[in-house]
Amino acid sequence: MDPHFQHLYDILAHSQGYIFPNEIDLQWGILIVVYPFITGLVAGAFILASLERVFKVKILKPTYQIALLTALSFLLVATMPLISHLSQPQRAYEIMITPHSSSAMAIFGFVYLWYLMVVLLLEIWFDYRHSMVVWSNEKTGIMKWVYKVLTLGVSDISPRTLRWDRKLGYIITVVGIPSAFILHGYVGFIFGSIKANPWWSTPLMPIIFLFSAMVSGISMVMLLYMIISYFRKKSIELNVLDSIGKFLFFVLILDFTLEGLDQIQRIYEAEESFEIIKLLVSSKLYLTLFVSQGLIGTIIPLITLAFLQFYKYQIKLKKTIYFIIGIFVLIGVYSMRWNVVIGGQLFSKSFSGFTSFKVGLIGLDGTLMAVFWILLPFAILAFLLWLLPPWKMIPEED
Amino acid sequence: MKFYIPPQIPRLAIAFAIFISLFLLLRHFLVPDTFGKYGHYRAASLIDNEQPEIHYSGQEACFKCHQNIEDKKAQDVHSEIHCETCHGPGEKHVISSKAEDIFKPSGREFCGKCHALNAAKLKSAVFQIDLEKHNVGKNCIECHNPHQPWEMKK
Amino acid sequence: MGNEKIRISRRKFLKNATMVAGAAFGYAWLKSSQVLLFAAEPKDESLPWYGIVIDIQKCIGCGSCAKACKNENDVPKEPFFFRTWIEQYTVKNDGSVNIVSPNGGIDGFVQTVPTEEIFKSFFVPKMCNHCAKSPCIQVCPVGATYDSPEGVVLIDEKYCIGCRYCVQACPYGCRFIHPVKKVANKCTLCYHRLKKGLAPACMEVCPTGARMYGNLRDKNGELVKFLKEHTTQVLRPHLNTGSKLYYNALSSEVR
Repeated sequence: MDPHFQHLYDILAHSQGYIFPNEIDLQWGILIVVYPFITGLVAGAFILASLERVFKVKILKPTYQIALLTALSFLLVATMPLISHLSQPQRAYEIMITPHSSSAMAIFGFVYLWYLMVVLLLEIWFDYRHSMVVWSNEKTGIMKWVYKVLTLGVSDISPRTLRWDRKLGYIITVVGIPSAFILHGYVGFIFGSIKANPWWSTPLMPIIFLFSAMVSGISMVMLLYMIISYFRKKSIELNVLDSIGKFLFFVLILDFTLEGLDQIQRIYEAEESFEIIKLLVSSKLYLTLFVSQGLIGTIIPLITLAFLQFYKYQIKLKKTIYFIIGIFVLIGVYSMRWNVVIGGQLFSKSFSGFTSFKVGLIGLDGTLMAVFWILLPFAILAFLLWLLPPWKMIPEED
Repeated sequence: MKFYIPPQIPRLAIAFAIFISLFLLLRHFLVPDTFGKYGHYRAASLIDNEQPEIHYSGQEACFKCHQNIEDKKAQDVHSEIHCETCHGPGEKHVISSKAEDIFKPSGREFCGKCHALNAAKLKSAVFQIDLEKHNVGKNCIECHNPHQPWEMKK
Repeated sequence: MGNEKIRISRRKFLKNATMVAGAAFGYAWLKSSQVLLFAAEPKDESLPWYGIVIDIQKCIGCGSCAKACKNENDVPKEPFFFRTWIEQYTVKNDGSVNIVSPNGGIDGFVQTVPTEEIFKSFFVPKMCNHCAKSPCIQVCPVGATYDSPEGVVLIDEKYCIGCRYCVQACPYGCRFIHPVKKVANKCTLCYHRLKKGLAPACMEVCPTGARMYGNLRDKNGELVKFLKEHTTQVLRPHLNTGSKLYYNALSSEVR
C-alpha cells in the first residue's frame, strides 16, 4: 500500500453504504467553501453601499466608503481560493483565453472582470478622484506621485468636472447593482447548474446565494464599521447601526424564507434523491445545517433583531448585541456555504451511501491556506484605508 | 454650445483600450495553434490521445506463434475467450518472446473468479461449481486443461 | 507658452498611443476572431460514431475488464481510481438493495448475501457513457474535455487545469483526478487502440462478450442490430445526457 494514499484508505474505512469507487475523495474542499463566502461578502458590501447612494439613505453615509473598499479588498482575493485549489494552477490563464461558453465557471471569469474593472474600480475612482487630486497636490515625495498616477492624470477639479464625477459614479452604481446581483447569482449558478447533484441542482440556488451574500456583506460592513471606529477612537453612531440592523433584518427574513421554500419544495416533491438527502441533513449536516446555519446564523439573529426594532435598550448593550449578531450571521453564512459545497459531495451519486470529509491543515487546499485567504482581504482593506482614508476625503459641495 | 466631454471619459477610454488590447495581444500568443479547429478544444489533443502504447496485443498477435493453442481452444468451451483474459497484457511478451513476460495463472481462486458459484451469475452465462465442495485442495489445472477444460487430464 | 507646448506634446503622445493601441487591438482581433467563435463540430459521416452495449445477463463479475483497463491505461492500482468497474446488486426478499464493488470488482466477487435471502442479484459493469450531450464537456471551463469526431469523450491532459468541475458534473461517477498526472482522467474507450484497429482493452478480455462497441452510423452493424433486437436502456435517462452506453436487461434498482 502506497503511504501516499493512506488518507484515502482512512476515508474508505469511514464511508457508509455504497459509493462509486471514484467518489471516495472529495473534489472540492474548504477552499471552495471560502470562495463563495468571500464573493458573497463582495456582493453584499457593494449592495449596501449602493443602497446608500441610489436610495439616498443619508444615515448610512459613514459606512459608504468602508463598504466600497471592503468590497474591493475581498474582490481582489475572491479568485485566489479558486486558483489555489486547481491541481494545475499555472494553467489558470486558460479560463480567460479560451473560455468555454457553456461553462458557468468560464463565464464567471468575465463576470468577475466586469465587476472589478467596470463597477468597483470605476466607482471608487470617481468617488476619490477629487480627493486624490487634492492629496497629490498636498503631499510630497513618492506619495504625491502615487496619487497622481491613481488619478490617471485627470487633475481637473473644476465644479463642472466634479459634477460629472458624481454623475458618472451614479451611473456606475446603477449598473453596479445588477452586476453585483449577477456576480453572486452566478456563483450560485456554478452549483445550481450541476444536474448530476440533486443537493445543488435547484433554480433557486442563485437567488439563495444572492440573499445570503447580502446578509453576510451587510454584517461584515457593520462589524468593520464598529472595528474601524474603535481603532480611530471615534464613537460608533447608534443610528447607523440601527439602520444597518434594519436592512439586515429584512434581508435575513427574505433569505430565510427563500431557503425555507427551497427545502419545502424538496421535501414535498421527494424525488429519487430524497431519501439520501434526508439522511444527509439528519446526520452528516446536522450540526452545520440546523445548529450553525439555522439556529446561530438565522433564528437567533432574527429574533434579536426583531426585539431591537421594538424595544429600547441601553446604547452600550445594543452595540454589543449588534456586534455579536454580526458575528453570528457570518458564522451562519459560512456554514451555509459549507453545507452546500461539502454537503453536496458527501453523498454518493448512486444515492446509496456517504463518503466522509476530513479537513487537512496544511497544503495548497488545507485549512491554513483557507484562513490565509480569509484574512488577506483585511490586510488589503487596512492598506486601502491608509491609502484612501474615507474620513480625510474632500467633502462634496451640493 | 460645444458638446462637452468630461476629461475623465477619454482618459478612462484610453486606459480600458490599453487593457483590452494587452489582453487580446496576450491571448493571441497564448491560444494554442490547433485550438478551435474541430470544436472548442485543442485539435492536437486528438493525436495526443492516440499516442499511449498498447499493453494488450489482441489474440491475433498470440496466434501468430501459438497456432497449436488456437486449434486446441477452438474445440472447446473456452474458444470465445481471448488469450489475454487469463494471461494478462501480452504486448511485452509479443515483443520479447520471453516466458517471464507473460502471466501463467493457476490456483482455484483464479478460475473461481469466473466459475465460483454466485447468485448474480446466470447459469446460462457460465458453468459454476461450488469451490467449497468440488475436489477441495486440488488445483483446477491438475485435472482440467485450461485451453480445453472438458479434455480431462486424468 | 510652456503650457501650450505640453498640451501639444501630450496630444501627440495620446494620438500615438491610440494608434499603437489600435494597431495592437486590430492585429490581435484579426486572429482571435477566428477562435472567438470556435468552429462548430463537423459531423464527418465517414468516421464511425461509437456506441457501447453492456449485456447484464452475460456479465459474470470476473473483473477482467476493470483489471485490463487499469493495466492498459496506467491507472494507479489503488481502489480509488477506476475508468471502469463492476457493481454487484443484490435485491433481498425484504426489498432492500445491497450494492458492493470491492476494489471495483477487480478481484472478483464473493456472494455476501445468503442465497435464501436473495430476491435477485446481478452485476452491472460501469464505465464512461460517452454521452452525446455530456454534462462534463458542458462545464469544462477551458475546453480540456471534448467530444471527438468519433463521439468519444476525451481529455486534453496538457490543457486540463484540474478544477474538478467535470468530476462534479458527471452523474455516473466516471471521472477522477489522476493522482500522478494531476488532471482529470476517465475512460477513453481506449481511443489509442481504436485508432489502431484494436478493441478497447475491457472488451478484448471480456470472457463472455458482455461488452460490445460499434458504429452507431452503420445500420447493418452488429451494435445497431443488437439495439434493434433487444430492449435496452441508458442510465439516468431523465438527466438527458444523451448516453451512448446501452444496457441490456437493466433492472430498475440500478443508478
